[in-house]
Amino acid sequence: MNALKGFSAPIAAGVVIFGLWQGALSLLDPDGFVLPAPSEIVGALVDNWDEVYQGTRITGFVVVSGLVAGIVLGAAAALLVTRFRTANETITPLAVALNAVPIIALAPIFNNWFGLTSPRSNQAIVVALVFFPIFINTARGLARVDPSQVELMESYAAGRWRITREVRIPHALPFFFTALKLATSLAVIAAIVAEYFGGRQDALGPMITQSAGLTRYDEAWAAVLAGAGIGAVLYGVVLVLERVAMPWHSLLRSRRGEP
Amino acid sequence: MTAIDVRGAAKVFNPGRSNQVEALSEIDLSVESGEFITLIGPSGCGKSTLLRLIASLISPSAGSVYVNAKPAEQARLDRDYGMAFQAAGLFDWRTVAKNIELPLELMGWSRGDRRRRSAEMLDLVKLGEFAKHHPSELSGGMQQRVAIARALAFSPSLLLMDEPFGALDEMTREHMQDELLRIWEETGTTVVFVTHSIPEAVYLSTRVVVMSPRPGRIAATIGVDLGNRSAATRDDTAFFKKVTEVRVALRSVEG
Ligand SMILES: Nc1ncnc2c1ncn2[C@@H]1O[C@H](COP(=O)(O)OP(=O)(O)OP(=O)(O)O)[C@@H](O)[C@H]1O
Ligand SMILES: [Mg+2]
Repeated sequence: MNALKGFSAPIAAGVVIFGLWQGALSLLDPDGFVLPAPSEIVGALVDNWDEVYQGTRITGFVVVSGLVAGIVLGAAAALLVTRFRTANETITPLAVALNAVPIIALAPIFNNWFGLTSPRSNQAIVVALVFFPIFINTARGLARVDPSQVELMESYAAGRWRITREVRIPHALPFFFTALKLATSLAVIAAIVAEYFGGRQDALGPMITQSAGLTRYDEAWAAVLAGAGIGAVLYGVVLVLERVAMPWHSLLRSRRGEP
Repeated sequence: MTAIDVRGAAKVFNPGRSNQVEALSEIDLSVESGEFITLIGPSGCGKSTLLRLIASLISPSAGSVYVNAKPAEQARLDRDYGMAFQAAGLFDWRTVAKNIELPLELMGWSRGDRRRRSAEMLDLVKLGEFAKHHPSELSGGMQQRVAIARALAFSPSLLLMDEPFGALDEMTREHMQDELLRIWEETGTTVVFVTHSIPEAVYLSTRVVVMSPRPGRIAATIGVDLGNRSAATRDDTAFFKKVTEVRVALRSVEG
């Protein structure tokens, strides 16, 4: 129920924005190709439902699979560097350096590696983009625990893995979820932009470039809308997971007077 | 039996660096099983450091620390002591009851036994109705009481307590002192207790250890023999005489 409350305000804001958008366009009446009205976009969505649905499935799969792999790899690397000093000294600087690489710019190169029409290259881009924020934030949360809580566990002769489970992981969860929210929107952007350069031709990315090339802007916007839908659904899923995984966290936030 | 035997112990933090601190020097302390020892001294004189040495959370730079006739590290691995830290140190992600059950989980108690024990301990610290709350919903003093309940939960043979009552109001504090004494008498536990309050030290202990700062040393040891404590003890002239004795010793170390 609480989770629903969080959604009502952005939905209301969305309705207002689309209303203003539609109203402004009908008042100003610019040339159609600048910006189609929401009603035209919805019309294009209905008319091209089969293609958009297919594209959403293809792109959605790239996003979700890349996201899951990036999360698993990022979290595993974070656990590794927290557990082993040498891993920390080798992986962390490397990750920070690699993070500076504009990964999305590698999309055409990745296509060479995985084949122009294979979705693998797009998945790889998503994985790489998701990996870094998850890794860096989770590692920070795992490391920056209250030393007295670790001492308490040591006073009970708890082993390192037990300390990780009881203290470090719960402490890292808020960091992890903050990164995850960032990563979901990154993943959608990464997938669609990567699709501009290759991968399956019935995905959302090619649909946008092809429709725009044919000046069918309403169809391009319908595909963008579908991409936004993927992002919104994933964001919602993350919000729900966050509440399930950290029931204590909303208490903490309300105590600090945060929303 | 000797519960704690500290011989010639010293602790230097960050040796050889610009932020080197000589926290403890030439500490000799022997505590018999069943004693209630209080460490008192000016802030920064090394009380917490000595407690952490006994707990084997840090190792001495020189000298040796034995607990229950074993090296302190072995005593820690055998879970011979329970500890309450200066800060409550509760886990926000666990409910109050689950915080108290944490050491019991690590010791492999069954779920039913854990439940029963945490309920008992919560009644003891008068927080029965907060079992299912999270620590962030409790006041600082209430959190401290949960930490005390957690330290007592598995009835360790040695209790190490670092200013556990610091955050409590006067009435709760006196109540907790009496409860601690009752537990101590009933269980025969050995207690090492750090406080800044002279009356608290005198009321609780069989022996008050006065420490001096920079580097931390044991300046005086004052035996306290007031018999069974009760509300009347706090108004007793013998009690006030001891308080004065400890105060004089403290004044001389603060120079
Ligand atoms: N981990 C540490 N690293 C470096 N210095 C430390 C460390 N822990 C304690 N010290 C230093 O050792 C000295 C003794 O500290 P300690 O915490 O034992 O004092 P204390 O008697 O418990 O003081 P208080 O009454 O304020 O709690 C202080 O000068 C402190 O700065
Ligand atoms: Mg201290």
